[in-house]
Amino acid sequence: MELLKDKKPISHLFVITGLLLLFSTLIFGTIGAFQYVFPGLYRESFSFEKIRPLHVSSAVFWILITACGSVLHYLIKKRNGLWSNKLAQWQWFLFTIAVVVILITYVLGIFGGREYWEFHPYLAIPIIIAWILFLINVIKTIKDFRKQPVYIWMWLTGTVFFLFTYLESYLWLIPYFRSNIVHDMTIQWKSYGSMVGCWNMLIYGCSIYLMDKISGSEKYSYSGISFALYFLGLFNLMFNWGHHIYTLPAPKYIQYVSYGVSMTELLLLGRIIYYWKSSVNTARKLYHILSYRFLLAADLWIFLTLLLAIAMSIPAINIYTHGTHITVAHTMGATIGINTFLLLAFVCNIFKIHKPKTEKRITAGLYITLVALPIFWISLIIAGVLKSNWQMHLSNEVPFSAMMQSIHPFFVVFLISGIILTIGFFVIIGNLLAAYFMKTQEN
Amino acid sequence: MSDRVKVMTLIVLAVSFLCYTLFLYKENYSSNAEYGTMADKGKRLWQEKNCNACHQIYGLGGYLGPDLTNVYSNRSEAYIKHFLQNGTNIMPAFHLTEQQMNEMLAYFKSIDSSGNASPAKLKPNYDGTIER
Repeated sequence: MELLKDKKPISHLFVITGLLLLFSTLIFGTIGAFQYVFPGLYRESFSFEKIRPLHVSSAVFWILITACGSVLHYLIKKRNGLWSNKLAQWQWFLFTIAVVVILITYVLGIFGGREYWEFHPYLAIPIIIAWILFLINVIKTIKDFRKQPVYIWMWLTGTVFFLFTYLESYLWLIPYFRSNIVHDMTIQWKSYGSMVGCWNMLIYGCSIYLMDKISGSEKYSYSGISFALYFLGLFNLMFNWGHHIYTLPAPKYIQYVSYGVSMTELLLLGRIIYYWKSSVNTARKLYHILSYRFLLAADLWIFLTLLLAIAMSIPAINIYTHGTHITVAHTMGATIGINTFLLLAFVCNIFKIHKPKTEKRITAGLYITLVALPIFWISLIIAGVLKSNWQMHLSNEVPFSAMMQSIHPFFVVFLISGIILTIGFFVIIGNLLAAYFMKTQEN
Repeated sequence: MSDRVKVMTLIVLAVSFLCYTLFLYKENYSSNAEYGTMADKGKRLWQEKNCNACHQIYGLGGYLGPDLTNVYSNRSEAYIKHFLQNGTNIMPAFHLTEQQMNEMLAYFKSIDSSGNASPAKLKPNYDGTIER
């Protein structure tokens, strides 16, 4: 708790915790990839049902904690401080304790939750309390809601709706909601689909704030078009989750609503970045070069993920991609290519990394990830296409194990590119943390 | 865009979302795993053993193992019990008791009765929608 006592903003603690979670995401992800290539590896001691939640929960909390830290940091900058630093410290403390206990319970094989939140439901309580503290702090810090830029609206709605969707994801504890598998899964994926939209609201809001800062103009954040796009994004958050469950025997209107609303949120951000890029002058770009590079990398992945997302939102195509590794490719593109690159852009900005040597190393790490990620992504898509063919045409004649054997070479490519990706991120994380702690010592 | 327009838009969206949510909550599905039944206990066990990490139900879950939505009608009870008891060269043996295995079977039976999970059974339409 030493760091809590010094003069560093509380947001730094969130970001450092987030980076450590990104580190554990990569470690567990690599072990999981090894288990795909060498089936049965650590079967009795550390099998996939432990590794997968360790990887997924680390990734989810890397995104959530760093997004919260970034929002708090930019709120401090915008409003010259937080309403309550104590509240933010408690939020960080509850988050950290919950995450540590969650990861330990996974290692011990104690579960009881559901996909993505596999931990025992009791452990959701500190997360809910931490989120309520965050919500109070955000609302009280903003204070005056008149004439606010678009990112303030995004942070507010993202925070409020996250709390709603997170609570909704625990409705299964009530017998009425869990007694029918189709109804239960419909509500489960309704909450998950909207929840991702909520943390994207926090992250995209931060990216608009950062773009304002880099471009030196706040014109966009107050423009009518930015609000129109924000409301379209919110509309998507609320109604486009149905593509997760097109294949469930749920009522047909869910399919129509979701298909109609479709997945346009990423297109919105792509448009925003496209317009922003042309307005940035060279001098400002160079001052924020690291953040700028990560934003550009995210820009590229927004378009790639967008293509896949649009295809998957069409029910007739979705039946070919659902339940295959194409869905994994989409998730990886969104969480690594978009969320992680954007979050790292914020971290570089928050830590004020300007030393040429550190910049060079972090850029090298970024380039490594930019080479490995497309290979990683394409290997999953090819594995998914082959599994799709099996699902649609061959599953009656060819056993599951034979199908998995036939796509094994692509898992090998997935593993190798995954290791390179991990090395790239290790270079980035290592240099960010080293630069931060060196700066702290110097000060 | 004035603050008034923004607030009104937000209210319209939030109210629509809440109405859609409540409508979904009260959708009348017939219950196939009542609270406290064997199937419900099997569902708990499914969560406690984190089976979803490797297996799917209706294509949702992990991809290391097969989809188990219709395993009850595709395989015999003895076959399923054998897997649960002994594991495979990938899946660990979970050493379930006879009671727990019966609960898992009841759960598999309940999800099997809810529908067919094979995407091959769905018919794509020219307008991009799908038919069951």
